[in-house]
Amino acid sequence: MRQRTEFIQGNETCVRAALYAGLDFFAGYPITPSSEITEHMAAHLPRIGGSFLQMEDEISSLCSIIGASLTGHKVMTATSGPGFSLMQEALGFAVMTEIPCVIADVQRGGPSTGLPTHGSQGDVYQARWGTQGDHAIISLTASNHQDLFAMTVEAFNMAETFRTPVVLLLDEITGHMREPLTLPREGEIPVIERLRTSVPEGVDYHPYLPREDGRLPMSDFGGKHRYNVTGLYHDMWGFPTTDPKVIHGLIHHLMDKIENHAHEITRYREYYLDDAHTVLISYGCSARTALHVVTSRRRRGEKLGLLEIQSLWPFPAELVRAKCEHAHYILVVEMNMGQVVHEVKKAVQDPERVYLANRVDGEFITPTDVRNIMRLVHGRGV
Amino acid sequence: MAIDQYLRKRFFPHIWCAGCGHGIVLNNMLRAVDQLQINQNEMVMVSGIGCSSRISGYVDFHSLHTLHGRALAFATGVKMSQPNLTVICPMGDGDALAIGGNHFIHACRRNMDLTAIVMNNRIYGMTGGQFSPLSGTGITATTSPQKTIDREFDIISLSLASGATFVARTTAYHYKEITNYIKEALQHPGFSVVEILSQCPTHFGRRNKQGDATEMLQRYRQNTTSIGSEAKQKNPELIERGIFRQETAPEYCAEYAELINRAQQS
Amino acid sequence: MEKPKVKEHHIKRSWCKGCGICVSLCPKGVLELNEEHKAVPANASQCVGCRTCERMCPDLAIAIELEQEHETTD
Ligand SMILES: Cc1ncc(C[n+]2csc(CCOP(=O)(O)OP(=O)(O)O)c2C)c(N)n1
Ligand code: SF4
Ligand code: SF4
Ligand code: SF4
Repeated sequence: MRQRTEFIQGNETCVRAALYAGLDFFAGYPITPSSEITEHMAAHLPRIGGSFLQMEDEISSLCSIIGASLTGHKVMTATSGPGFSLMQEALGFAVMTEIPCVIADVQRGGPSTGLPTHGSQGDVYQARWGTQGDHAIISLTASNHQDLFAMTVEAFNMAETFRTPVVLLLDEITGHMREPLTLPREGEIPVIERLRTSVPEGVDYHPYLPREDGRLPMSDFGGKHRYNVTGLYHDMWGFPTTDPKVIHGLIHHLMDKIENHAHEITRYREYYLDDAHTVLISYGCSARTALHVVTSRRRRGEKLGLLEIQSLWPFPAELVRAKCEHAHYILVVEMNMGQVVHEVKKAVQDPERVYLANRVDGEFITPTDVRNIMRLVHGRGV
Repeated sequence: MAIDQYLRKRFFPHIWCAGCGHGIVLNNMLRAVDQLQINQNEMVMVSGIGCSSRISGYVDFHSLHTLHGRALAFATGVKMSQPNLTVICPMGDGDALAIGGNHFIHACRRNMDLTAIVMNNRIYGMTGGQFSPLSGTGITATTSPQKTIDREFDIISLSLASGATFVARTTAYHYKEITNYIKEALQHPGFSVVEILSQCPTHFGRRNKQGDATEMLQRYRQNTTSIGSEAKQKNPELIERGIFRQETAPEYCAEYAELINRAQQS
Repeated sequence: MEKPKVKEHHIKRSWCKGCGICVSLCPKGVLELNEEHKAVPANASQCVGCRTCERMCPDLAIAIELEQEHETTD
């Protein structure tokens, strides 16, 4: 059978992928440029018997999907910067209570209402540090629909594997762009189901006691195990505690379960890196521009390569360091005042090799923008 | 005791102050659950943050202690995803109507089968006695040393206007009514609001010279009356207790099930 | 209805916080606070089994056991 190819928007791609991953509960609040995700969910979910809620704001959207995840469903919400700001408290709750969920942030220009209909990549640090307190988070991104499909499925898989919220950082450009998507066949991309406890009824079940492999089997609300869920520091039964030993254990568990598995979470693509003198590092929509620059320059024999990062958090520092080892110049291409560039500087040896090629006026960064900065970096003037 | 089986006894004595009305609400709420013989595995309690919200830790149900003001938002997701569960949301007055006010009115409007209990002590207990949107004017609180000038909400009118289909009010003194109204609310197929005036002797009582817990309870006896009573006609200042509305309207989860049918047929 | 016979006042000492609500609201003056500020049934024989104390205790510390337990409905 031939695979079906469709010419659709990135936002719809995200919806198709979420359904492929087994999503059956979505709640959201309209906001440009993510509204198409909410609209397509409203159209698709009832047909498969899933639930769709349009809530009164983004706070309740995230809260309600966390509630639905607890009863055993795969859940998601979608928003953009202003809504993502409102979600931060509930995002921290999902981190603390270890409830799987996926939050798509289709980035637009910020701060504040900013530039609703223009692309930006200004929320990279918000995804990492938006909610208060020490914590770890997983955040994925993609530059084209085929990858966006895969990363969305991965987001659900990682949410289940690590019992954590996963932030899917999209942007206005990939979200609204139309390009062909070849729909993966069933089984083509693995889908990870929720790990449920095998503890029988009547036997003490510990919702927050990790197994040896660090994973925590869940039990659905409404099922045979009654337990407590709280955003307070809690013990292995989920009850509030101020015992220093337990607190120490929990914060380390929350960090380690993700940071110590960074290598499993790392997703990237690379182009012509083997002998590259100049390494471009990019992600999301900017990676499209970066790839264009690299391929066109390669045709002229210039030793350019591209590392496209798809897992922004935990930041794949080891990967970046290894891939940049022999580079003379490292150019981070992103649409913000410099966010990932700081992570790259921290990751590599000799950070003075690292430069930023950015654009922040609402327009999509062009190959000419990147080339101009590259000329400066290479000491050739504009 | 009849309600022992619903308690997580290892956490007693509970954290509430001596004489706190919230304990009386817990006491008589569990009697409603007991009388209805609801399977504990099918009961979910969702609370926010506040003294009142700590109630969820003490009941042997599925319990979800969430964020200040957001109990109803979490509960909406729980119920929508598993409509066979009985979902009860005890909230403080600040929790339900200050920070959570928007979720509250939208939950009323949606008419999903949730039971909201507002444990109204007219003060922010947990944070040390600041005034709340239910304090009303002339109240001394830590943030109103010159007494409040803020007017209060009337929870009943607000619930009625927002579309709640079961609305009742009573006080911590009227324990039989607590049990009865919560029982009615749990059985009601739609969004229910039960407001329970609940004394906070530590912050409200002390600062407003209302005496100890018993005196505060006596005050509930004296300054409330049944809906439409003769006493009310004579003294319009009295606060009415009773069921203000009990009517059926399309319930959200049922309507959504219909919507699924239509979507799958077309 | 015939007056129910009260068998025992079960008062969990460790749960009682001595708020005095049961003492004040008991219609028969059965309960007192002892020197440790815990409720005790000082005049147990006067008890009419109305359960006001049980239902009004904010600490769920009191249980009234009647001679023949029957379900209360109200
Ligand atoms: C977002 C947020 N803002 C403020 C607080 C602090 N806070 C905790 S409880 C509370 C108010 C409690 O009052 P109420 O809801 O009336 O319940 P009570 O404690 O009186 O039972 C506040 C302001 C918080 N936890 N979260
Ligand atoms: S501060 Fe007030 S509301 Fe909080 S436990 Fe004490 S009496 Fe109750
Ligand atoms: S009402 Fe309860 S807590 Fe208060 S004194 Fe009586 S037994 Fe003790
Ligand atoms: S049951 Fe009634 S009479 Fe007996 S001790 Fe309690 S309140 Fe007093």
